[in-house]
Amino acid sequence: MSAPLSAPNDTKALAVRMTGIDKRFGPVRANRGASLEVRQGEIHALVGENGAGKSTLMKMLAGMFAPDGGTIEVGGRDVTGWSTAQAIGTGVGMVHQHFMLVPTLTVAENVVLGREPVSVATFDAARAIREVESLCEQSGLQVPADRLVADLSVGEAQRVEILKTLYRGARILLLDEPTAVLSPPEVTELWNVLRRVRDGGATIILITHKLDEVMNVTENITVMRQGETVARMATRDTSPEGIAKAMVGRDVDLGVKVAHGGARAMGAPALHVKNLVVRGARVERAVNDVSFAIQPGEILGIAGVEGNGQTELLEALAGLRPAVSGAMSLGGRDITALSVRDRGDAGLSHIPEDRHRRGLILDYTIADNLILGQQHRFTSGAAMDGAAVMAHAQSKIAEYDIRPTDPLLAARTLSGGNQQKIVIAREMSRPFVALLAAQPTRGVDVGAIEFIHGELRKAREAGKAILLVSAELREVLSLSDRIAVMYGGKIVTVLNRADASEEILGPFMTGARREVTA
Amino acid sequence: MGALLFFAQTVRIAIPYLFAAAGGALAERAGVVSLTLEGFMLGGAFGAVLGSYYTHSAWIGLVVGVAWGLGLAAVHAVSAIRFKADQIVVGVAINLFTVGITRFFLQLAFGSSSNSPRVAGFGGDGVAGAAGFLTNPLIWMGVLVMPVVWWIVQKTTFGLRVRAVGEHPMAAASVGVPVNRVRYVAVLASGALAALGGVYLALDQHQFTDSMTAGRGFIALAAVIFGRWDPLRAGLACLLFAAAETLQIQLQAAQLIPSQFVAMIPYVLTIIAVAGVVGRSRAPAALGRTED
Repeated sequence: MSAPLSAPNDTKALAVRMTGIDKRFGPVRANRGASLEVRQGEIHALVGENGAGKSTLMKMLAGMFAPDGGTIEVGGRDVTGWSTAQAIGTGVGMVHQHFMLVPTLTVAENVVLGREPVSVATFDAARAIREVESLCEQSGLQVPADRLVADLSVGEAQRVEILKTLYRGARILLLDEPTAVLSPPEVTELWNVLRRVRDGGATIILITHKLDEVMNVTENITVMRQGETVARMATRDTSPEGIAKAMVGRDVDLGVKVAHGGARAMGAPALHVKNLVVRGARVERAVNDVSFAIQPGEILGIAGVEGNGQTELLEALAGLRPAVSGAMSLGGRDITALSVRDRGDAGLSHIPEDRHRRGLILDYTIADNLILGQQHRFTSGAAMDGAAVMAHAQSKIAEYDIRPTDPLLAARTLSGGNQQKIVIAREMSRPFVALLAAQPTRGVDVGAIEFIHGELRKAREAGKAILLVSAELREVLSLSDRIAVMYGGKIVTVLNRADASEEILGPFMTGARREVTA
Repeated sequence: MGALLFFAQTVRIAIPYLFAAAGGALAERAGVVSLTLEGFMLGGAFGAVLGSYYTHSAWIGLVVGVAWGLGLAAVHAVSAIRFKADQIVVGVAINLFTVGITRFFLQLAFGSSSNSPRVAGFGGDGVAGAAGFLTNPLIWMGVLVMPVVWWIVQKTTFGLRVRAVGEHPMAAASVGVPVNRVRYVAVLASGALAALGGVYLALDQHQFTDSMTAGRGFIALAAVIFGRWDPLRAGLACLLFAAAETLQIQLQAAQLIPSQFVAMIPYVLTIIAVAGVVGRSRAPAALGRTED
């Protein structure tokens, strides 16, 4: 790490300067004297672990709330504590991590909302569409202006978000984890658009967890840790390892080693799925005739853009959604008709893709969350065995390094990474044959990712079968022995790890290529 | 002649539903639950009689009735928006409060626990007839209210913002739409509109009787849901419910079906609609939620 906190060479004027920013939410100090300097016309990365205070800092720059202390300057003018409307008026636009789009309105209506073209006291819908179409033309962001946002793909929805900021004349664009939901070609497209916008004179601040993105597209990097700015560096002078070290404060294994068990005994598969068909909420055949088998000691990774049937597949396997037809078996035993609890007792563990909706009860204590779904194994007579629950909690908290260590704290009070460790601890410490690991590291920081990947590898060495579903292609590539790609509810290809790469998988993920193997 | 009479009767019965449902559609599209329509109507009815009684002017009665609706709506809006109270609980409370406060003032002003004296009203002195029908301005306003509210919701900038605020308030806020202000306006307008429904009831009968709205606010809300939160469809639902009621009145002499069954029609249809039989019925996504 080169000279932390030394300002970058000041060759261009500063677009943004934030100094000594403090922000509290109740007992949590989200920002503690944080600072940020961004030059005009650059793409600047803001990185840090979850809860480091990056989004908070950006939201204050966008006027969503005021800092408790410190100053914010935009273009040399003190704008501390301004409103969203003032920020927008001055050309600061934010693309949020969770899309801020109204699904029941059209693309054009979403883009112009708040600054609608008017003719004779009436909203001029035709002009809105014309203006948005010409903006699409200029910026190269192609979206049908009269389509309902609910009918757009995620990539298109994000283009609408960027169009919104451009429509408002944004000269400083803040993007909060823009690539988290995109497929590789959409990511490439996004970078092209952002570079074009930057070349047009705009300044871009990018929050991201993906260090390769930081290396590829940014010029300078600001690193935050626990609410403070801990480092500033020029991208060309650093490496992914250097950034990770600054983020965590120690050396980190970024997990790109590919150490896979070689030939495996082709015995009975631990998890076997045959001709599975599952109905989705909106699609008749969300999972459309899917078959695969996972051997003991094997990780099968499922790559694919979200919304191609992965969720329904996982829910059907876990017993949360009925199968229309087809069969599932675990260690040779047919589990198609079993309940969630019976599947668990039969040896199926499940790390759900959404820990807030399915993985945890946020208002329950850590101890109670650690036995969810297994509560029938912690009883004495009709009552819960409190002592056994506590003993279990204490041992798992120590074993999985869950912080804080008080078993009686509500899960809600923990960081994302520690919440996920509760889920991992619960699902991996029970006896199991196969594990469904859905987005196991979503929204957790690099330190926790390293830990969780280690646990998954250990389980494989112990002879467990693991189905890994992840939107992170790198994660799938670094952990899996074989990789299946899901597109439109079908498995369109299955490749051995050695034969797969981002370039090879990309076309399958977008449906540009398909072949039926296995 | 029979058909004309049926039509006229249906419109007369539909007018209070149309006003209240118009208000309900507006507030619910902005994300605020309109369980309070019943209370707004009752308040409007009482206010109208009070104003008309003291001034001998039906028009001033109308203004006072609307003022009552606005007052009650302000209480609802402040509790729901400013203090983020549970809208269902507040709605029930306002409905019960209105029953009580109108009864209290009924006793205080007119010394009666059941009804007010006769006051100046609109139309032919409470008698059904073509002249009374055509000269009552509230009939004409009631017929026009749904198309107007539809135009506001679908075609104006304010309507676009109402729809955005009811679906995804954070998205609206992030582009500088004043979410709370839009909701205040929508709820106050719904209070005024629903009150007009009550004003019509009271001034058509030229008096106020205790709890005279008798569940019409809930039927109006049922029409909003049955009409899938679209003002024009909600208006048609109001007419449908009113036609069923007219049928019941006209068949009463024949004693074909017990009137209680006809009275159930709006609610049965609403249950069917909400259960998804008549197309998909989807409420505004942020309905009832003000916490974000």
